Amino acid sequence: MDLSYGAAAEAFRAEVSAFLSLHWPPPSDLRGADLKAFVRTFRALATGEGYLYRTIPKRYGGSEQPVDVIKAQVIREEFQRARAPMEVGGNGMNMTVPTLLEKGTEEQKELFIRKTVEGDYIWGQGYSEPGSGSDLASVRTKGELSADGTKWIINGQKIWTSQGMQSTHMFMLVRTEPDAPKHDGITYLLIDLDQPGVTRRPIRQMTGEEGDHTFCEFFFDNAETPVSWQVGDRGQGWYVSRTTLKHERASIGGADGLGKQFAKLVDLAEEVGRIGDPIVRDKLAQIEGAVLAHRYSSYRIFSCAAAGEDPGPVALMMKLLLTEIGHEMALLAQELIGEHAFIEPAGAGGRGNRGPRGPEKWLDQIMGSLGNSIAGGASNIQRNIIGERGLGLPRDLAMSGER
Amino acid sequence: MHFHLTEEQKAIQDAVRGTLADSWPIERVHAFADGDEDFDRTSWDALMALGLGGMLAPDSGMGLLDAALVCEVAGEAAAAGPLIGQLLAVAAVAVHNPFSGESRGPEGPAANASWAPAFAGEQPLLDALISGEVVATLLHGDSEYAPSARAADLFLIVDRAKGVRLVPAAEAAIEAVKAADRTRPMSKVAIPEDAGETLFTAADPMAARLADAALVLVAADALGGAQKVTDMSVAYAKEREQFGQPIGRFQALKHQLAHMALAVEPARALVWYAAYAWDAALPDAPRAAAMAKAHLCDTYVNATRAAVAAHGGIGYTWEYGLNYWFRRAMADRAWLGSPAEHRTRAATIAGW
Repeated sequence: MDLSYGAAAEAFRAEVSAFLSLHWPPPSDLRGADLKAFVRTFRALATGEGYLYRTIPKRYGGSEQPVDVIKAQVIREEFQRARAPMEVGGNGMNMTVPTLLEKGTEEQKELFIRKTVEGDYIWGQGYSEPGSGSDLASVRTKGELSADGTKWIINGQKIWTSQGMQSTHMFMLVRTEPDAPKHDGITYLLIDLDQPGVTRRPIRQMTGEEGDHTFCEFFFDNAETPVSWQVGDRGQGWYVSRTTLKHERASIGGADGLGKQFAKLVDLAEEVGRIGDPIVRDKLAQIEGAVLAHRYSSYRIFSCAAAGEDPGPVALMMKLLLTEIGHEMALLAQELIGEHAFIEPAGAGGRGNRGPRGPEKWLDQIMGSLGNSIAGGASNIQRNIIGERGLGLPRDLAMSGER
Repeated sequence: MHFHLTEEQKAIQDAVRGTLADSWPIERVHAFADGDEDFDRTSWDALMALGLGGMLAPDSGMGLLDAALVCEVAGEAAAAGPLIGQLLAVAAVAVHNPFSGESRGPEGPAANASWAPAFAGEQPLLDALISGEVVATLLHGDSEYAPSARAADLFLIVDRAKGVRLVPAAEAAIEAVKAADRTRPMSKVAIPEDAGETLFTAADPMAARLADAALVLVAADALGGAQKVTDMSVAYAKEREQFGQPIGRFQALKHQLAHMALAVEPARALVWYAAYAWDAALPDAPRAAAMAKAHLCDTYVNATRAAVAAHGGIGYTWEYGLNYWFRRAMADRAWLGSPAEHRTRAATIAGW
């Protein structure tokens, strides 16, 4: 075992660091549109150096670099250290672009990838519906061809769309062949959300979080999209969507984030004067055991990726592990904040202008940790995945016909 | 950057696994569990014939990670014998040999100990330990119990407060007890304060290093056992049928098994890290050892409890054998200090 990245990586680190010291941060008086323009130029320069959009071909605005997880890690670390912006985030980069690269037509790639990379197009995910959660292939939002066969006409409802209020476009699963078997009647469509047939509404969350940054639900009332914006064959949308979900799972994780949150929990115990309490110390160290297991397992998965080896079932466990640790932290935080639990934290959900906040701010984590058991594959589905794909247990009879 | 096992490390584990499958099959475990011995010469000799005894000698080209990988397989097989004590005795004696002219360590030849290593015959003590001919067991400084004490030639006392001593069996008063852990039976041991030779004083960093290494090796034993009972449970769930189908198809059990695996598989990296940190002498090595011992020993007990529950009635029988790992889990947990004790240490080391 050796956790150093090696001399070549350290030389590369020096290059990245030199680049950053030249181009970041922006002048401190830059504001508004000027700041946005600066960030845009910075990203273009960083892409030119091969630091960003490494898996995206140059002709679509990427830097088209050979796969190198060590270099990618060094770039992440140096950008984080400098607090420099990396790639634009969100569903577009995580899901639309990889799907289009794998399954899109040349026209679709030309139309969408560069605009997404440059942050002009923001993508919402149109998968879940009020009646379709874990059983995603049961979607009922309907797509019908227009009389002239050039457009899909869409009717129905989608829900739980992140960045929904900002989204310019959506990728969605729509039932186009109502008589076909469940999985074979779905088509994967891209749609422009700026049209009269689309209505969006933010969902107020249990944390109280609301407003422009929260999840949305979407209503489609004879919304339209060109047939040429259909990805993959008609009726094959389920299989197209498998590409993107895979990418979403791979992008949830973040051992450093968990470690930082644990450090804050220790700070909380100090702040409320409970750090000397043997029960609190024991519980903290118990949680830290799991936090470290998660961290070192992420090293293991990373190391296997660098060597081109399969890490085995542990990779399937990381999301559930993260979720379970979040619950444990929530339970201890709940004990530690005591009567601060009477107070609703300013800026619910941790957003917005909120000023200084006391220990009650942990209510955001205490409630937010519940969201982790649901988003990106619910915990009970994760347990099925670990049991069936990881341990080789037989599929549930109710789902044995599923794919 | 490398943080997964090499092909060579996997091959060592396979060799140990195969050797124990031959020399320590479940029939032998059953017979041993009902017998009075606290040591099994056949499986011990088979393991030592692989050359494992010298893994922690500074010139072996191996380290604590390799030793931990071997202890993991020993835990998986619920192997008899004081493997951890033997490995640590070699690590200790290789650095400070109490017998004249034998030291390979930086301190050079030491003064003759007051007792002669008669049991070693003509060969140097270190060689006799490496070959497994001389058997050493570990006695934790705060404990009155040691595994395979009746068979041991030497006791390696590791005590963070008092240092490390090597004591010949002749100076130890050993009282056999009916041991709960049937695969690695403990006896009660009393050793006079001035018996044997001090190899390292408490102030010598080697004393704490050896204590930390012991924690990592017990954590590795626990990892192997926890994985073993998880594997047994998964295999049983695929084969056992109720209501006309394999019980592993039912979500209630599937989710229990998923949680067993979720507790064990990520914890593997905790053992790797603690061993790597010890080998590289990283500043957080002592804390990593404490965290690994605490976390893995809790995990092992929980896994064996869950395994019995997952099996149902058959798991509660003596002859199915799950109880051997359950008992070993209880022993690993209590040995060298409980999880709570090591978590307290870890908290203090972290400065909170």
